[in-house]
Amino acid sequence: MLIDVHAHFYHDQTPRADWRERNASRLSAGDKIGVTHHVASILGSWGLTSPIYFPSPRDVTYGNDALLVLQRQHPDRVRGYVTVNPNYTTHARAEIERCLGAGMVGIKLAASRRATDPLLDPISELARARGVPVLQHVWQHRRRDWPGQEASDGAELAALAARHPDVRFILAHIGGGGDWQHSLAALRTVANVYVDVSGSGVDGGMLEACLESVGVERLLWGTDLTMETGWAKLRYLAHLLSPAQLELVKWKNAVRIFPPGAFPAD
Amino acid sequence: MRIDVNAFLGAYPYRRVPGTAPERLMQALERVQIDEAWVSHLPSLFWRQPMEGNAWLYDTVARERRLRPVPAVHPGLAGWAPTLGEAVDHGAPAVRCDPAHYGLDPAGPEVRVLAAACGAAKLPLMMAVRLEDARQRHPNDRAAELPAAAVRALIRSDDAVRLLITHADRAFIEEVHFGSTPDEAARMWWDISWIWGPPEDHLAMLVETVGVERFVFGTGQPLRIPENAVAKLDLLDLGAQRRAAIESENARAGLLH
Repeated sequence: MLIDVHAHFYHDQTPRADWRERNASRLSAGDKIGVTHHVASILGSWGLTSPIYFPSPRDVTYGNDALLVLQRQHPDRVRGYVTVNPNYTTHARAEIERCLGAGMVGIKLAASRRATDPLLDPISELARARGVPVLQHVWQHRRRDWPGQEASDGAELAALAARHPDVRFILAHIGGGGDWQHSLAALRTVANVYVDVSGSGVDGGMLEACLESVGVERLLWGTDLTMETGWAKLRYLAHLLSPAQLELVKWKNAVRIFPPGAFPAD
Repeated sequence: MRIDVNAFLGAYPYRRVPGTAPERLMQALERVQIDEAWVSHLPSLFWRQPMEGNAWLYDTVARERRLRPVPAVHPGLAGWAPTLGEAVDHGAPAVRCDPAHYGLDPAGPEVRVLAAACGAAKLPLMMAVRLEDARQRHPNDRAAELPAAAVRALIRSDDAVRLLITHADRAFIEEVHFGSTPDEAARMWWDISWIWGPPEDHLAMLVETVGVERFVFGTGQPLRIPENAVAKLDLLDLGAQRRAAIESENARAGLLH
């Protein structure tokens, strides 16, 4: 089994006229790579009618609905994170209940509110109650505010994780830009934060540093927007790890942190 | 046959990178089934006198059949011209210039003179758009990325110059390719190290729009893991002939003469 813990899909109300082709491309590339499960999110309208990282409640719901449709169309290989905007607490909590009830398996926090902000607490509390992981978009070592998002970095996610020790958090795309060494240093002793290896970055030394910092049992395989980089990391990890360790990264760690029944093998 | 036109030897100043020693590069080539690598000396890219790294590079590649040297040329320093003759004597497939790191205008008079000299010497000129993702660079790593406008200016500056541009993404390639005449575009080659695969399918699109003959296999190793360039080809439905073109034949036919 190979579980991609960081995938995305598009829908008809996004800026992408080629949304069908991109979704199909992800699935066909996944087949070549051997991906058995795409655990995906849709970030609202991807900027069409509200910002990607500050999606309106309407867009959040539309995107989550589109993902539920994909999940129903591909019940064997698509799983969903329910995307929420924590600035709309009531909507976010209702959306989590609704989408988890419809079969989604995790929560996606983009960059609508800093991870250190108390508004993330009601989301995290619901994640604990429902036993699902939270995938947090991260800018590795955020030295300033970047336009278009209220990004968090590894240290800020670690602070959230410390407030919610019973919630499993996934630090998104260690290869997704920024200083990954900063993130890894911040997460070394934070046992409830897992690192997904996705992102376009394929830096030499990055995977060794991940293993050194969080260990093989807190490493998750994923792709995000570039699937070839995910495949490359998988191939490289095969040279760093024993077959049994590689299985942890490929799927066993994911099975451990997602709710029981999310994947067929558990 | 697989030729990596974009590899480095030697330490990187801004972070610890494994695999920078020659024997480790050879292991990586073996692991990823790369038959030949065109290598640059990474530390001297940051030196005031980058050409001082060339002697070590020549000496090192002379001991490894699968490596070919890409020596550095700093056209703003006195005495750079003989470097091109040395490069030819050592079988260099190209020379490289990193003007932003040298403090030169990338389309300024020094680099234009170098471009013309490379054209006259029948040596391709290699230039990198970047080495690392701009979002993660060290606070003191402030050299500008190579602008697309500079590449357009250089290819227009001399009818004989051939450019090998590494680490360019789709937007950069499209801007330069379609901002050039067909004759100019036919004298530029792009390595695939920074081009996205699926689901965006940038490489698949560029192969169709720009043409498969313009692309060569490059990894950027060891700053980047070389498995990435192979994986993106494995995800393309190219056919054996077009894949061979990217993996080796375009470099042989277009750059090695």
